[in-house]
Amino acid sequence: MAKITYIEHNGAEHVLDVKTGLSVMEGAVKNNVPGIDADCGGACACATCHVYVDDAWLAKTGDKSAMEESMLDFAENVEPNSRLACQIKMTDALDGLVVRLPESQH
Amino acid sequence: MSEKPSHIVIIGAGHAGGTAAALLRQYDFQGPITLIGEEPIPPYQRPPLSKAWLKGEADADSLALKPLEFYAQNKIDFRPNVRVTAIDRQAKGLTLSDGTSLSYDIAILATGARPIRLSIPGADLDGVLELRTAADAEALKASLGPGKTVAIVGGGYIGLEAAASARSLGANVIILEREARILARVACETLSTFFQTYHEAKGVKFELGASATGFAGNEGKVTGVTLADGRILACDLVLVGVGVAPNEELAKAAGLDCARGVVVNLEARTSDTSIFAIGDVAQRPMPIYENRMFRMESVPNALEQAKQAACAITGRPAPAGETPWQWSDQYDLKLQIAGYPFDADQILVRGDPTSNKFAIFHLKGDQLQSVEAINSPPEFMMGRQLIGNRKPVNASRLADTSISMKEVAA
Repeated sequence: MAKITYIEHNGAEHVLDVKTGLSVMEGAVKNNVPGIDADCGGACACATCHVYVDDAWLAKTGDKSAMEESMLDFAENVEPNSRLACQIKMTDALDGLVVRLPESQH
Repeated sequence: MSEKPSHIVIIGAGHAGGTAAALLRQYDFQGPITLIGEEPIPPYQRPPLSKAWLKGEADADSLALKPLEFYAQNKIDFRPNVRVTAIDRQAKGLTLSDGTSLSYDIAILATGARPIRLSIPGADLDGVLELRTAADAEALKASLGPGKTVAIVGGGYIGLEAAASARSLGANVIILEREARILARVACETLSTFFQTYHEAKGVKFELGASATGFAGNEGKVTGVTLADGRILACDLVLVGVGVAPNEELAKAAGLDCARGVVVNLEARTSDTSIFAIGDVAQRPMPIYENRMFRMESVPNALEQAKQAACAITGRPAPAGETPWQWSDQYDLKLQIAGYPFDADQILVRGDPTSNKFAIFHLKGDQLQSVEAINSPPEFMMGRQLIGNRKPVNASRLADTSISMKEVAA
C-alpha cells in the first residue's frame, strides 16, 4: 500500500491507500474519486486521466513514453507537470504522492 | 425533478450499469440503488478480455470497475446471478428470474448486447466459443496455447483482437469472413487491407468470402469448420465473432419504443419517463451528427450515457454532446477511431500505411466526420476535436504530413 492524495479542481482532497502495482488512475477510479474519467481503462488511448503531479514528486514518477507525450500534447490545459495517471504505476517510492485534477477531462 | 426518487433499480451490471451506480453516488444521490446483474461478478471492463486478459497480462482485480466492497460501502445493493424477466410499468414492479420481485421509482435498462449465434449444424459442439463475458474469455484462454489451431468466424474487431492475442500465445489462427474483406461493416477498404496485411505478416491466415455452413465434431468436440464450397478446415477450437444483438426483449415486452435497440432521448430516457436505457442496448441521438439515431457498442458510449442518465436523475445539467470514439489494440498497433463516417463523400489518407503509422479521414464536404488513426495520437486527438467543433477543414492540408495537425486545425 502507498498513500496518494488526489485534490479535485474544487479543492476537495481524497487521501487513499492504493495497492502498489496499481496505476494512479486505477487508485482513483476504484475509489470513485470524481474528476478522472479514464474512458479507456488504462490503454493510453483517451487522455481522460490527466493529472498534475505535485512538483516535489515529479522526478520520482519517471519519464513519459512517446505515446503518453503525444496524447498529452493535445489534451486541454496541459502544464509541464501534466501526466496521464494510467501511466504512473504505484511503488513504495511514491508513498505520499500528491496529484491535482484538472477542471475537465474533455 | 423537485422530489428525489426513492429507489433506482439498474437492470444490468455491465460497464454502463456499474458506471451509472457509481456516478449516482458521485452526484450525491442519497436514495437506495439496486444493481442487478446476471453474471456472478460485479461490473468489470470487457475490452481487456480479448487483449491483455487473454494474454495473461491482467487479473480479475484489475478488470473490476470497483472492488466488491465498494457496493456495500456505497449502499448499492448489488445482486449477482439474477435477471429481470418482466417489467410492470403500471405498478412500477420488476419480476426476477429467482422468483422474487422488486419495486422501482426509476429503472435504468443496461442490459447490453449478446453475441449473435450461428444457427448451423454443430454450433453447440464443445469448443465453439464466443467472447463477451469474463467466463467466455476464461474458456477461450483455457483452450488456447502453442500449436493449437483456432478458427475465428467473423473478421470484425473482436476477431482481430483475439487473433492477435492467440498468435502471441503461439496458436495458429485462421479467420473466416463472409464478406469480401474483413471489417467490411465498420471500416473503409484501406483499413481492411492494412489490418489483413499486418495479420498475415504475423502468420494469421484468411478465408474471405467464406461462409461457415457447419462445424464438424468428434465425440461432442469441434474438429473443424465446414465451408460453403465443401472444404473442411481443421481446428481445435472455434471463436464466433459475427456481431451482437441488443438485449431489448425485456423493454419490448414492456411496451417501450424499440427500433434495433431501446429508443432514448438526449437524457437517455425511454418512451416511459421513469425508465432510462444506456449502453449497447440503447438507440440514441447523437448531438454532433444532427441528433441522428444510432446504437453504439463501445465503452465510451456506455460511460457517456451513464452520465446522461445520472445527470438527468439528479438534476444536473446534461453533459455536452460528445464526440464518440473507440479504440483497438492488436500486436503493437494502436487504432483510435473518433466519430462515424456518416454521409462522407471523401476519404483521405495522411501518412503511409506501409509505415504502420497513418490516419484515414472521412469528410463530408469540408467537415470532418470521422478519423481512424493507426499509431497516430496527434491525428486522433486533433481529428476528434475537429469532429466535435465542426470547424471546416482544408482537405489538401489535412493530407499533407509536412503540416502539423495543430497547424491544420488552427
